[in-house]
Amino acid sequence: MTKVVVAGAGSIGSLLAAHLSRVADVTVLTRREEHAAALREQGLRVSGRSDFTTELGATADAAELPSDAELAILACKGTDLEPLAALLEGALPGARVMTIQNGLGAEEVVAAHGEWPLLSAVTFMSGTRHGDAHVEYVLDTATWIGPYRGTTHEDARRVAELIEAGGLKAKAFPDLRPAQWSKLIFNATVNGVAALTGLPHDFHFAQTEQLSDLGHLVRDLVDEGRAVAVASGVELHDDPWEMNVLATQRGHRHFPSMLEDVEAHRPTEVESINGALVREAERHGVPVPLQTAVYRLVKAREASYSE
Amino acid sequence: MRICVVGTGAVGSLFAANLSLLDGVEVWAYDLAQEHVDAINRGGLRLSGAGDVVGHPRATSDAGELPPCDFGIVATKAMHTSPAIAATAHAFTEGCVATVQNGLGNEETLARHVERVIRGTTFPAGKLLEPAHVQWDVKGDTTFGPYDERTPLAEVERLADACTRAGMPAKAVDDARGPQWRKVIFNASTNPIGALTGLTHGRVVERPDLRALVTGLVDEGKAVASAQGIELDADPEELIDHAARKDVAYDHKASMLQDVEARRPTEVDYLNGGIVRFGHERDIKTPLNAAIQALVKGVEASWTQS
Repeated sequence: MTKVVVAGAGSIGSLLAAHLSRVADVTVLTRREEHAAALREQGLRVSGRSDFTTELGATADAAELPSDAELAILACKGTDLEPLAALLEGALPGARVMTIQNGLGAEEVVAAHGEWPLLSAVTFMSGTRHGDAHVEYVLDTATWIGPYRGTTHEDARRVAELIEAGGLKAKAFPDLRPAQWSKLIFNATVNGVAALTGLPHDFHFAQTEQLSDLGHLVRDLVDEGRAVAVASGVELHDDPWEMNVLATQRGHRHFPSMLEDVEAHRPTEVESINGALVREAERHGVPVPLQTAVYRLVKAREASYSE
Repeated sequence: MRICVVGTGAVGSLFAANLSLLDGVEVWAYDLAQEHVDAINRGGLRLSGAGDVVGHPRATSDAGELPPCDFGIVATKAMHTSPAIAATAHAFTEGCVATVQNGLGNEETLARHVERVIRGTTFPAGKLLEPAHVQWDVKGDTTFGPYDERTPLAEVERLADACTRAGMPAKAVDDARGPQWRKVIFNASTNPIGALTGLTHGRVVERPDLRALVTGLVDEGKAVASAQGIELDADPEELIDHAARKDVAYDHKASMLQDVEARRPTEVDYLNGGIVRFGHERDIKTPLNAAIQALVKGVEASWTQS
């Protein structure tokens, strides 16, 4: 069986590791040793849209990772990627390494730490962790994969097929940027507004009846993002406003990670999402006053509890 | 002279308690909080802090008890203006009604119920500690001016004079929109930023990126004021930087932040929402104020979820 390393066992990492372990030989790299111990002893349970418990390898020591792994998925949060990539320097010599973080720039962070062939991914699935050895599969939307450095569309397709075989949804693209940018604009807008208002992603985000309704702001933020994509030469794969409306119509109140982070007083991914978008806008001379305001407000919100 | 203060939270209490000490002035305090009303009638209305005063206005929660008054001073939160004046308008058929509230649009609301309206902007502040007891945090000036030609300036002067004699310095001017817009722009550009980020006034101002956002909001407010021919009596930017000094209000949590922390409805519709509305009438774009209003409305909506 294909040997796969999944580094980071938050909800996305756990979902990937559990499903892949049904069709591959999976080792999970965790930050905490007791997390790895729990996975080794209890296996990993998935509830929700899948329902099974699986056995897999787990370690908190990067030196113990199988040196012949063919694929490594770095599934940590964007804020943890730099230290993780540094930790993996020199390891996993035969692996293709796939990033799956929100926002922009994850590939460059990893590229700076090794010569691995790289794949890009964005994921639209979601899950909720109920402890170290149990994850609930909530939204069964797809993970999209594309080549980045030293890889091809065919490589992306093989990884997508492996993930699909494990029971998740995945799709390969010749160029991921259109999809990545759709999600970037969607995340910068929805996650930022959710973090500032305390609202989960629900009907308010598409409401446009009254002038002060939140939907107007969401649409204006999306329009600014679209202008940046145009200036960057990216043709969006999906319209972020439609993604927003569709998500609110599912009747499921999704709590974006940025909202969960500010409520738990944790650092957020605002730099790699909102910061990345605003910096791209500056680079191309596109005015984005509203995205800039959201970016600054979330940064300040972080400062209110981190200083 | 008979004056009724409508709404005796912190600011209303400052007016009611101080005015009640004047000879020849009878002060009524109208408030819906029965505990507060009963306590005032039992032991008087106490202010402590910037001034120590025990006043004895007659308090009631029953608008029907109010006798005809020469002046009303409306000091409710802006979202309560309409029901408060609808209940009390009968007491002011021969008098003038002044607003000392925050925000834009209060005068228009009052003018739908009473004939003579006085535009007012006040800077003293405090907080209600317990029924009939208000902490007076800062002293400050009040400016009054006629809302329209139906209000004689002489009446405005009579009210300003009474307030001044009572220790609440006030002046009467022809056009009181300048100070009103300066305060509204100050509040709209700083309060919601505190409310959305959790930062005190000083910490908002010392972050260069946030300070720039504040200036963006101020500039929109100035453009809307200027389109109406309003001349600000001072630059809100100066007020913002002055208030950020450690010896002034660096550690002050904006009232809107206090509201958000206590999950009370905010006055954002009358601050940023007012700037957006007046801007819309004059075709002036106010995208940042609109964004801020939508975000704070979102915060309020989040409390009724889950």
